[in-house]
Amino acid sequence: MNDDFQSNPIQVDVESFPGPEKIPIRFDETWFAYDSVPVVRDINFSIMPGEFAAILGPNGSGKTTLMKLALGLLKPSSGRVLLFGEPSDNFTDWHRIGYVPQRIQTTEYRFPASVREIVQFGAYSGFSFFPSFKHNENSRVDDAMELAGIRDLADRRVSDISVGQQQRMLIARALVRRPDLLVMDEPVAGVDAAGEDQFHSMVRRLNRDLEITIVMVSHDIGVVMREATTCACINQDIVFHGPVHQLDANALSALYGFPVDVLMHDPDHTHR
Amino acid sequence: MCLCMIPTIRIGNLMPEIFQYEFMNRAIVASVLVGVTAPAIGMFLVLRRLSLIADTLSHVAFAGVAVALITKSFTPIVAFIATATAAVSIEELRVRRLLPGDAALAVFLYGALALAVVLISASDGFNTTIFSYLFGSLMSVSTTDLWWMGILALVIVLFLFMFRFELTQITFDPDLAKTNGVRVHMLNLSLAILTAGTITVSMRVVGVLLVGALIVIPVLVSIRVVKGLTLTLIVSSGMGVFVAVFGMVISFYADLAPGGSVVLIAISLLIIVEIGALIKRSLFRSTQLMQSSDHTHAHEFHAHGANESTTDERHSHR
Repeated sequence: MNDDFQSNPIQVDVESFPGPEKIPIRFDETWFAYDSVPVVRDINFSIMPGEFAAILGPNGSGKTTLMKLALGLLKPSSGRVLLFGEPSDNFTDWHRIGYVPQRIQTTEYRFPASVREIVQFGAYSGFSFFPSFKHNENSRVDDAMELAGIRDLADRRVSDISVGQQQRMLIARALVRRPDLLVMDEPVAGVDAAGEDQFHSMVRRLNRDLEITIVMVSHDIGVVMREATTCACINQDIVFHGPVHQLDANALSALYGFPVDVLMHDPDHTHR
Repeated sequence: MCLCMIPTIRIGNLMPEIFQYEFMNRAIVASVLVGVTAPAIGMFLVLRRLSLIADTLSHVAFAGVAVALITKSFTPIVAFIATATAAVSIEELRVRRLLPGDAALAVFLYGALALAVVLISASDGFNTTIFSYLFGSLMSVSTTDLWWMGILALVIVLFLFMFRFELTQITFDPDLAKTNGVRVHMLNLSLAILTAGTITVSMRVVGVLLVGALIVIPVLVSIRVVKGLTLTLIVSSGMGVFVAVFGMVISFYADLAPGGSVVLIAISLLIIVEIGALIKRSLFRSTQLMQSSDHTHAHEFHAHGANESTTDERHSHR
């Protein structure tokens, strides 16, 4: 273990390996195929408590599929995926998981909900006959909006805010439930450079201060190298899995299928 | 049937003429029930761009009516069973990706219409009845129909009230709803069955051909005028009751087809609110332009920046 890795505050202690119920995500010989064409093949790795794990890969490499498998939105064709020790398609403890998709799926451009209403969905804790939001839930919603920097947008209509603001709204929605695991699928797609920077410093705080395990699907090698603690490179199967400092030109060349050079920037210029 | 043959109840001279006919009282109660339920279910269809499912299911209901008339069975039950079966099948085909959503709708729409046409052509003698189902009829709502409509409307309103948070989450994003512990598939199937129920209830009043309009148009009006999910749901139902009852009253006095009157009033309302929104938007733009031109005279550089950000904002909105 070199100095670089030791300086990182989040480490996995191999000696006291956590029990299966403490491991946020575990892929166990996971295969998935659409119409018998394999999309992900024989995936075996775990994401440990407190990690900031990045999933890196080119377009169509199966990154989003892998996330959907992890969240039980897709069922593996063979093998299994465990969420906190439970098969993800039978998982019930959803309050432990926060999910931020690439974009919202609603296609109606005049969707009538306010930002606050969508963030409130994060406080949902199962069906009840007379659903209502309690006072402490309201303050949790306020806190989450504050943390995501969208407090002033609370009464705006969802369809009237920008893509970047919608992304922050989805983060706030995920944070309301105070999750142990936050899964994000290319959360900064469509967000400008300044917004991206703010976003990453927020996620860094969530990981380091609130000890939330983060899984982030990303295209951006620079961001992965700078922010994540571990990285899984996937191109249908796993090309590399390990601490980011071990991610080198060989692994990246194997991932993208052409020679890749890694250029290290001057520390003063790493932030845009 | 001539109006003068209908027995009337006269409760003093204060009662408006319309309430003196028992069939009209029944038609108005039916309009209220339909006005509440159709747009309430409709909100969850419109926001998911599933508006045309109502049209497909109404054609299936029509085939159900034809089967009921041929077999001399109780029409609402047969129509409901046919529509609910179709609704569940369409949902299953969509989820299992066996057919694209719109293709499944087309298959059921034309299949049901073809079945109805064949059944009608194979039998003589119920042309007038079929006509009342196609276009709606004030006089065809019986007390038994009213009981059925009342029970179904109660079930639908209770279901929507109890599951409103779950349904709105599914409407917003099914994957997010699922990772929030919402039982998406079960609720989608229930919504499909209740949509079938709503159509069976509504076709008596507005007719098979126009039932989809009552499910969709009041929701479009409401989305334009209010913000917030619960408020949109309540206003949609309010608009539904208004257009259904107002349409009934007009069709009574002007002797017009009730379904057509109801839908034309709904569409007029939609045109009014859309024009209102357009005027409001252009007024807002011209105020902004005036402000920005004032700004240009004072600080040319800053005004350029403001215009840029407006353009960006418009692009980022969906």
